[in-house]
Amino acid sequence: MMWKWLHPYANPEISYHFAGKILPWCARLAFVFLAIGITWALLFAPADYQQGDTFRIFYLHVPAAMLSMGIYLGMAIAALSSLVWQLRLADATAAAMAPIGATFTFIALITGAAWGKPMWGTWWIWDARLTSELILLFLYLGVIALHNAFEDKNLAGKAAGILALVGVINLPIIKYSVEWWNTLHQGATVSKLGQPSMTADMFWPFLVCFIGFAFLVTALVCLRFRSEILNRNSMRPWVRELVATEEKAHAV
Amino acid sequence: MLDINIAAGDIVQVEGPNGAGKTSLLRILSGLSQPYDGTVYFQNESITQHRETFHQNLLYLGHLPGVKDEMTAQENLEFNLALHGLNSATAEATLAEVNLLGFEDALAAHLSAGQHRRISLARLWQSQAKIWILDEPFTAIDKLGVEKLEQLFLQHADNGGCVILTTHQDLSLPAERVKKLTLAYRFY
Amino acid sequence: MTQVSYRAAFGLIVKRDLMIAFRHRDDIINPLLFFVIVVTLFPLGVGPESTTLSRIAPGIIWVAALLATLLSLDRLFKYDYADGSLEQMLLSPQPIFILVLAKIVAHWLLTGLPLILIAPLLAVLLHLNEHSYGALMLTLLLGTPVLSLLGAIGVALTVGIKKGGVLLSLLVLPLYIPVLIFATSAIDTAAMNLPYNGQLAIIAAIFFASLTLAPFAVSAALKVSTN
Repeated sequence: MMWKWLHPYANPEISYHFAGKILPWCARLAFVFLAIGITWALLFAPADYQQGDTFRIFYLHVPAAMLSMGIYLGMAIAALSSLVWQLRLADATAAAMAPIGATFTFIALITGAAWGKPMWGTWWIWDARLTSELILLFLYLGVIALHNAFEDKNLAGKAAGILALVGVINLPIIKYSVEWWNTLHQGATVSKLGQPSMTADMFWPFLVCFIGFAFLVTALVCLRFRSEILNRNSMRPWVRELVATEEKAHAV
Repeated sequence: MLDINIAAGDIVQVEGPNGAGKTSLLRILSGLSQPYDGTVYFQNESITQHRETFHQNLLYLGHLPGVKDEMTAQENLEFNLALHGLNSATAEATLAEVNLLGFEDALAAHLSAGQHRRISLARLWQSQAKIWILDEPFTAIDKLGVEKLEQLFLQHADNGGCVILTTHQDLSLPAERVKKLTLAYRFY
Repeated sequence: MTQVSYRAAFGLIVKRDLMIAFRHRDDIINPLLFFVIVVTLFPLGVGPESTTLSRIAPGIIWVAALLATLLSLDRLFKYDYADGSLEQMLLSPQPIFILVLAKIVAHWLLTGLPLILIAPLLAVLLHLNEHSYGALMLTLLLGTPVLSLLGAIGVALTVGIKKGGVLLSLLVLPLYIPVLIFATSAIDTAAMNLPYNGQLAIIAAIFFASLTLAPFAVSAALKVSTN
């Protein structure tokens, strides 16, 4: 069976150390890509002929929005693997991803609002994308709150996983209905967050920023994943040994 | 870590200090709780894969009696029997076995905790399930009731069923008929 | 021991739930009263001009229906969980899908149906456009079962949590949004004397999808909550 190479990683200890190994690399790559990408986007990329420099927030807003949805999908896939293949580790992954996804959704909302202010003079506009992001934020908060409400972390993971799966099925329906609702109530002003078609000048810094954020997400997920594993396995001998060696190292 | 076999005719008493996991074990055996690791088998089939067969052969009575306040004693028993495919017309007669004759039409809200437990225990007299898993079945039952139940357990075991129970009381069954399973705390 | 047919088990549970609810009538009446009171608050809040009211009437009625359903969801599994009947149901030989569906149907009969029956009266209070009444009834008829079905998922997830009621709204209201959008749009479209079959078709699609999928999610969630 081709998934045999994954089997050792079902062991929390092995996964913990694996995540620990890729974490610094993801973090370094994230730093490099973001440093390049953000400077490029803010200083060197061309200003939009219509929106001027305020357009630059696009390089932050769109990656954040795309990642917020990608993380939710990732969370749902993890939940599915937990339910279908009984991978207990997948519960920890889903729990690790939720707060990060929520944060990116929040960033998307804030940057969206900041983008809107110079364009329409209001801090908030009920356009399709922002409204969908807002509902996505509620979906994330629901998963996080449900997970926190259970004391037994195994049950918490399963319950949050079920909610994430229900949410991921509903997400396209919600997005479609919000877009449809938006077309119904479109006022005189153009209420779509004006996204001009991307030229090559804009595409490359966008891509670099996006990749940088993706690495950042991976690094953060690894970090939280490790902490979730420690939390769920605190009674195991390998964790106690880890704590003991850490304490000794710090005592020195 | 537990690796046990329970055969037809066994009466197993699970013992241990409070919090050792007796209730958790019973819930795992009945399939209500998932074990951290491992599988429960009934007749060599995993209970999660063959849920229907297992549930047809299982009677579980936990801490909560499963009695609705808004229904009378008889209605409660009729519902429980009907749900498990047993003849609900026997409800009234069965209530007599647990000393609730005269209370059939009383709303459960007006009955005591002990009477609620007796309503839920009444199913034992009609049950055709092979496995009885009972968590503290003697709570709030008087001495005569306890003796009657113990005789019922013996009869059930003699007919090829098995009984797994926890109780704080001493069973007055002959020692050779009862197997004891003692649980203890374990810090990893 | 006779094999209990799916239909028999379904009927058993529906009858039991209806019997319990009729002996505990508060649970039926309170959400209904809530529905009426919430709707009455709006004219007091936004002013009684009939143009304003009839413009926002579909939204008010539907949002009030959502909130009233939310209020009523609590009793779907809470009492059974508290007295151990839920455990016993999960241990019965019948597939949990059937038992769960039965409980949801009983819930709709006791919550959704009364809402549908009283809605026209509230529509009059809000000066709803005369052409919209048909749309109102149809959207409620198709939509309230969806509310019960999706709401059941939320209740099943939170039944074991203390103070789960607060969390329930956060979990369930986002899921209600599509139905809300299409239902109110259908009613608005009807007011303009235009056909609203499209919106109804979508609500119907959501209904059938939740009818087939929601009970699975509810069963999985119940198993987690009673673990």
